[in-house]
Amino acid sequence: MSDLTRKTAAELSELMASGETSSVEITQAHLDRITATDTAVHAFLHVDTDGALAQAADVDKRRAAGEKLGPLAGVPLALKDVLTQDGVPTTAGSRILEGWKPPYDSTVVKRLKAAGIVILGKTNMDEFAMGSSTENSAYGPTHNPWDLARIPGGSGGGSSAAISAYQAPLAIGTDTGGSIRQPAAFTGTVGVKPTYGGTSRYGLIALASSLDTPGPCARTTLDAALLHEVIAGHDPMDSTSIDQPVPPVVEAARRGDVNGLRIGVVKELGGEGYQPGVEARFHEAVELLTKLGAEVVEVSCPHFQYALPAYYLILPSEASSNLAKFDAMRFGLRVGDDGENDAEQVMRLTREAGFGAEVKRRIMLGTHALSSGYYDAYYGQAQKVRTLIARDFTRAYEQVDVLVSPATPTTAFAIGDRVNDPIAMYKNDLCTIPSNLAGNAAASFPVGLADEDGLPVGFHVMAPVMRDDLLYQVGAALESALADQWGGVLMSKAPELEVTR
Amino acid sequence: MPSITREEVAHLARLARIELSDDELDHLAPQLDQIIGLVAQVSDVAAEDIPPTSHALPLSNVMRKDENVPCLTPEQALSGAPAAEDQRFRVPRILSEEA
Amino acid sequence: MTVVADVLPIDDALAQYDPVMGLEVHVELNTKSKMFCGCPTEFGAEPNTQTCPVCLGLPGALPVVNAVGVESAIKIGLALNCEIAEWCRFARKNYFYPDMPKNFQTSQYDEPIAFNGWTDVVVDGETYRIEIERAHMEEDTGKSLHVGGATGRIHGASHSLVDYNRAGIPLIEIVTKTIEVPGEKAAAVARALVSQLRDLLLSIGVSDVRMDQGSLRCDANVSLKPKGSTTLGTRTETKNVNSFRSVERAITYEITRQAAILSSGGKILQETRHWHEDTGITTSGREKSDADDYRYFPEPDLVPIAPSREWVESLRATLPEAPSLRRARLQTEWGFTDLEMRDVINGGAVEYIVRTVELGVDAAAAKKWWLGELARAANESGKDLGDLGVGPAEVAEVQKLVDEGALNDKLARQVFDGLVKGEGTPAEIMAARGLALVSDDSALIEAIDRAIAANPDVVEKVNSGKPAAAGALIGAVMKDMRGQADAAKVRELLNTKLGI
Repeated sequence: MSDLTRKTAAELSELMASGETSSVEITQAHLDRITATDTAVHAFLHVDTDGALAQAADVDKRRAAGEKLGPLAGVPLALKDVLTQDGVPTTAGSRILEGWKPPYDSTVVKRLKAAGIVILGKTNMDEFAMGSSTENSAYGPTHNPWDLARIPGGSGGGSSAAISAYQAPLAIGTDTGGSIRQPAAFTGTVGVKPTYGGTSRYGLIALASSLDTPGPCARTTLDAALLHEVIAGHDPMDSTSIDQPVPPVVEAARRGDVNGLRIGVVKELGGEGYQPGVEARFHEAVELLTKLGAEVVEVSCPHFQYALPAYYLILPSEASSNLAKFDAMRFGLRVGDDGENDAEQVMRLTREAGFGAEVKRRIMLGTHALSSGYYDAYYGQAQKVRTLIARDFTRAYEQVDVLVSPATPTTAFAIGDRVNDPIAMYKNDLCTIPSNLAGNAAASFPVGLADEDGLPVGFHVMAPVMRDDLLYQVGAALESALADQWGGVLMSKAPELEVTR
Repeated sequence: MPSITREEVAHLARLARIELSDDELDHLAPQLDQIIGLVAQVSDVAAEDIPPTSHALPLSNVMRKDENVPCLTPEQALSGAPAAEDQRFRVPRILSEEA
Repeated sequence: MTVVADVLPIDDALAQYDPVMGLEVHVELNTKSKMFCGCPTEFGAEPNTQTCPVCLGLPGALPVVNAVGVESAIKIGLALNCEIAEWCRFARKNYFYPDMPKNFQTSQYDEPIAFNGWTDVVVDGETYRIEIERAHMEEDTGKSLHVGGATGRIHGASHSLVDYNRAGIPLIEIVTKTIEVPGEKAAAVARALVSQLRDLLLSIGVSDVRMDQGSLRCDANVSLKPKGSTTLGTRTETKNVNSFRSVERAITYEITRQAAILSSGGKILQETRHWHEDTGITTSGREKSDADDYRYFPEPDLVPIAPSREWVESLRATLPEAPSLRRARLQTEWGFTDLEMRDVINGGAVEYIVRTVELGVDAAAAKKWWLGELARAANESGKDLGDLGVGPAEVAEVQKLVDEGALNDKLARQVFDGLVKGEGTPAEIMAARGLALVSDDSALIEAIDRAIAANPDVVEKVNSGKPAAAGALIGAVMKDMRGQADAAKVRELLNTKLGI
């Protein structure tokens, strides 16, 4: 049998259904691939070999017993280390949670388990999802499988690297300002941020509560849609969860038809600061969509320019409060408990030792923004800007069905390049942030390699709230048209990783 | 004139319970100043009559029934505790009374 | 607590200054589950047996609002004549403390569910209107046990042990506007207000209001201004004032303490102070330095609450009558005089008498026990009536024994004494203390014979046409029976014997 790690989730599902292979074989193949490649990539913080194989064996047993299983039963998946899994180490990439094993499953994990999806382990990420490169992980950076000297994006660099390194066909990411879409763009994979409230945040270690959204990562649009369907839907444990049926994402991914679809190119997301190779691939993709029957117009969203500053007020404010619970009292790291230091000193010492530089920066910024005397000018004003951005979207969606832009201004940059320039780092997320602020659905799909560096370029699609299906419609159309051009998916152009033992 | 001084940063660190070293303070103060310069652009937007958005979607009245659901066992509850004693979380001495 | 601040005698203090007060009252609701999760709320459970990821503040957990918590908040607001918000939100109050799992309290800030209300309290026949600023929803914290120092004290402890069972229990905070009443009435008005709030909360059924279990807790703000001045003074906030008596004592103490400082030219520090029940003084807590920057912002994990007017009106319809109307009705039903009713109200016994009467006891008898034996016991032990461990059920049980002739009032008092001391049920106390009326006629006749034999002079008087003299013989019989006889029965038997 050909290499199981090269198959899509949909293909693996068929192979299991027809009895050609088992979940245990598939899981073992991926575990072997992780062993062979993860020294170089460092996508995983924890590999749950025993747990994964036990889950796989259970699925095989149930299948043999004639049980009706979901379409992804037995397919392995890489889980971003920001979602709790009962009894499995969960660190959010932070030293302050080293060794912590949550006593409960997040809703996403509950749904994965109920669908028979095999969880291989926990993937690397920027500490508490604060970052765009995975360099802010307390456990060392993840390397981009396309070029190991480069970052895989962030914060979910581990999840996107795992799927682009064929360590897993599926992964879960979380997107607060682009943490699913930007890594997808940098690794030539598909990453979808569902509508805020379309997927449950219960058990997702909060960065910014009003922005965080779990979502699927995969190498193909259909795989992402299949995973999307598993994890989405109303959750009574999350007060911000939307009590409506999941949009028909799988059907949309299978249809992949853009004929008559009205597409708006966002005028403000392009031009200065955008890498020529990124713009070139983006405009080709837009042309391709036109050829496929879409009506393309230019649309202006004048307040998008304020999205970045508003985001860097709202996020740190919420984060400064969300991260207060990491205080050495109930769980996680405790430093300086020598019998002399009081609780407050132990909190200070632990937070000093347990948090990395970016986390401290943002906690301080958020503390400042919420302080009396600054609230109205900062947090309050940012919330108003948020309203204006949402109105830009509303107006745009009166004219078009979806909006598009490059997913990122550049391709993956070199490890170490922007570590000491927070603002340059923040600008990675210029295109992705508006959708988080407005809560609508958005995704990045691979549309080729930039000429100047040969690295993947992501095409960003934004759809109205609870119209996640439109993303898949556009993504699938692009994917099949590009595959015809290239003779395969973009990922097949990725260089072979050196395999170690 | 920086928008945030080293002293203000030190005050924020106290509020946020982070024991920053002098080096970190030296490093962080100008960085924060720069970032505040970026985020202060929000004040360029005329938005007096604009209502703030704190939730992306206009949901309201999400409530649950007043019913009990199973708790964690005390063992589970204390499983992550840095220290425990007598089925309670053991914490360093608390100097000041509650705010 | 070695240094006791100088105080000015209260009369001198009030001669120079007018007190201005404000009360913040925290009420624990009696919901089945916590405010934001499904954990039970039972008092006294084993430590950390009523917790889950939400109320422990574990990473990833999210709150969901308890509908009955909101309903109770609305009921409280309506009972306090408040407006009910058409739309309100929760907010995070950010500060670090080990017994607060998330290091922020989910509370309400500038958008409380109820606001602009009032309630009237009666002190010595005068009615005072107390304006209510707001009533808002929030959650309780865990409980710390301080180990290694003097018993239970925070100072000198080597470490603390935290139980999070209480963390997340729904609280309603009721905040009054400033209360300005004649200085000599101030403390009594505050006490009457808290007592009335307790009655109100009991009557609408939203809380058990057990002050001994901390389900009603008070913070008292006090400031002084020179007599005739309109400029408000610096206020202190005294915490930990957890009985009606303490409310009165703590406010009186703060008035006398602040007056002593001001009259000697000093300045009042704006600070939190702690009330010490044992020594009757307040001491300085920590100064409000960083604690006054709570960095409130709307709780992003919860969505707004917008109570429909239909819902509010349906809750209003369930509310009992207003306290003043109710008091008038009860007085009529019970047949009490104005003076008797005032004693009942001042004694904080209204709700206890209501519930005792509901159990079939005559109102006069219920008043007799609550204002007599039990009020005396409460006063002696420095407790509130509700914290004696004797409830309406026990009072009804004892009165039933009296009605059946098994006890007389004197023996019943001894039973109450046993109940207060925790000696068991009335039956157990009667058995253990040997308290039962002798109903055996032959034993009584024997005692009567002994009394007649021992008092020939009295018998002579009776026989010579002075039947009232027989009282001495009844007394002798009762003494002989060590009080355990029904005096009426003795009189009946004696009269037969003496032929009168």
